[in-house]
Amino acid sequence: MTADVNVSGSLRRRLTLILTGGAAVLAVILFLVVRVLAAQVAQQGQDNILTASMASALDTAVIREGRITLDFPYSSFSMLNTVADDRVFYAIHEGATLLSGYNWLVPPSDLVNGVATFETTIFNGDQVRVATGMRVLTGADGPRTVSVSIAQTQDALSNTLNAISRNIALLGLGFFVLSSVLAIWAASTTSGQMHRLTTSVTRRGPQDLSPVTKPVPSEMAPLVGSLNRFMSRLDQSLTQSEDFIAEAAHRIRTPLATVRSHAEATLQRVEHKENRKSLQAMVRAIDESSRAAGQLLDHAMVTFRAENLETSQIDLTDLLRDLVQSMSPMAEMKDISIAMELDGPANLQGDAILLQNALRNLIDNALKYAPVETGVTVRVVTDPRLAISIIDQGQGFAADEIHTLRGRFIRGKDMDNTVGSGLGLTIAHEVAIAHGGEMILTNTAEGGACVTLYL
Amino acid sequence: MKYLLVEDNLELAEAVASRIRLDGHTVDHAAKIAEASAFVDTGEYDLILLDIMLPDGDGRSFLKQHRARKNLTPVIVLTARSQVSDRISLLDLGADDYLTKPFDHAELQARCRAVLRRNAGSALSVQTFGDVEFDAVSGILIVNKESINLRNRELRLLELLIGSKGQVFSKQKLVDRLFSYDDDVSENAIEVYIGRLRKHLEGSKLRIVTLRGLGYRLDYDG
Repeated sequence: MTADVNVSGSLRRRLTLILTGGAAVLAVILFLVVRVLAAQVAQQGQDNILTASMASALDTAVIREGRITLDFPYSSFSMLNTVADDRVFYAIHEGATLLSGYNWLVPPSDLVNGVATFETTIFNGDQVRVATGMRVLTGADGPRTVSVSIAQTQDALSNTLNAISRNIALLGLGFFVLSSVLAIWAASTTSGQMHRLTTSVTRRGPQDLSPVTKPVPSEMAPLVGSLNRFMSRLDQSLTQSEDFIAEAAHRIRTPLATVRSHAEATLQRVEHKENRKSLQAMVRAIDESSRAAGQLLDHAMVTFRAENLETSQIDLTDLLRDLVQSMSPMAEMKDISIAMELDGPANLQGDAILLQNALRNLIDNALKYAPVETGVTVRVVTDPRLAISIIDQGQGFAADEIHTLRGRFIRGKDMDNTVGSGLGLTIAHEVAIAHGGEMILTNTAEGGACVTLYL
Repeated sequence: MKYLLVEDNLELAEAVASRIRLDGHTVDHAAKIAEASAFVDTGEYDLILLDIMLPDGDGRSFLKQHRARKNLTPVIVLTARSQVSDRISLLDLGADDYLTKPFDHAELQARCRAVLRRNAGSALSVQTFGDVEFDAVSGILIVNKESINLRNRELRLLELLIGSKGQVFSKQKLVDRLFSYDDDVSENAIEVYIGRLRKHLEGSKLRIVTLRGLGYRLDYDG
């Protein structure tokens, strides 16, 4: 039986996605933050050197003979040496007038004495960092403003930044991979708990309604608790209905047995033909009803179990031997011998109780319809396909009804003298179908009935 | 043969017991597990017929006790439950066979015979009449040192006649006593079986006499 369950997503996948997604976002944030910080630190370093260089140059500014002169110390450029051979530019302005250097280096207008200002611009397609400082020199004709701008390309900086970025990226990636592994592990252990619970529940036989006793995580406790409560309720109601059926059967069958036994005993004493007839009819009716009740229960059981096969490895030889032994007293009553023919060891995967029930019904039928002092054969053929045939030496099936007899409550014609409910063949047929096989009715060359279960 | 019938329904017990007595056996009746245990403790039985639902407990617990005490007396369970699982659990508990109520007396007899044959061997059931030895359990008839395997219906007929030697049985009575009501046995069939028995008994001191218009009688000229 496949129960329809409304499935929406998978907890495991959802958990994995959330955790790895979170890890990815965290890794990206880590990358960005570290990179920005590194860029700031690196920029700070460059700015400090630029400031020092600029300040050392600016310090040399003096007014000599009414002209502003600067004497760039050697160190102010040498300190700007970088491994990447960054280019350095300078410009000296008095006010807005270029005194010396590159004219594209224009000092900002809001310079404050003694404070360096920084800006980043593009020169010839290269990014350059510019530090500008200003001093006010007091000359004979009043204060004069001199500013020095030192610019440097940022190749070394960006190289450093790239190297740092690569490292952070690797770190982030490693972090992500590790987190993902942890996420998958966490998701699978979490869902593993549920999986274990599921297996322990599904592995049970259909009859096992005992509570789940295996330890479960506290989050699953409410679910397992409800499951246990549900199963115990189900168990209780099943037990109740089983007890009820057993009790009902007892209440009905015991008086029937009393009536039958009395009727039988009375028959031994009664001579009058009419009375005998009615007593016999009574006995027959009781047999009919009890047989029908039994087969109805069997049929209900078969229908129930067919949806929920409890399969196991079955040794067909053993099963048939037990069955034949238990049916032999009934066969003896009619001096019918039951012969078993097997062409080799026959094992199959199936529901023993169902198969037993089906075969019992078939053998029972054969015994009922076969004439006295004949034989019934139980033949098992394993090649090419496992087939169990029950063959009698009776009058066989009527050709016109051989295809309808498998239906419920359908009995063959001319069977008025034999007690039956018409469910025996139905039961056998349904058992065969439940095992992926079928039941075929034929007549033997000698005219007897042959019922074959292909399994 | 001595039977113990454990059945709480007195009506049914009476009917079953009287039917078994009719076949010439002795029956003790217990209505409770306690009584049954007392009977088993004090007497020897050939066979126990056990009901499952009893007022002071489940017949299965008696069965368990019975087997735990290593008592070998075979037990046939008479049950009102007919589910397969019940049958299997009964056999697992050590029942030798079971019969679903309501049952056919002929089938009860057939099952008793089968169980006895499986369990006891036949020493207790051999009856000797001069040169004839008859074993009702195994169905073997020895006439003049020659062993004959009787068919079931011949066996039951002979058992009946031997059990009431000198008594006249009408054909109808024989049909009633021997056959289940499922079987459609005509009175003429009896003649066939009588004929066969006569042939088996030829040359012995047991004779089946036909009394015209009355029936048959077994005589022993011993």
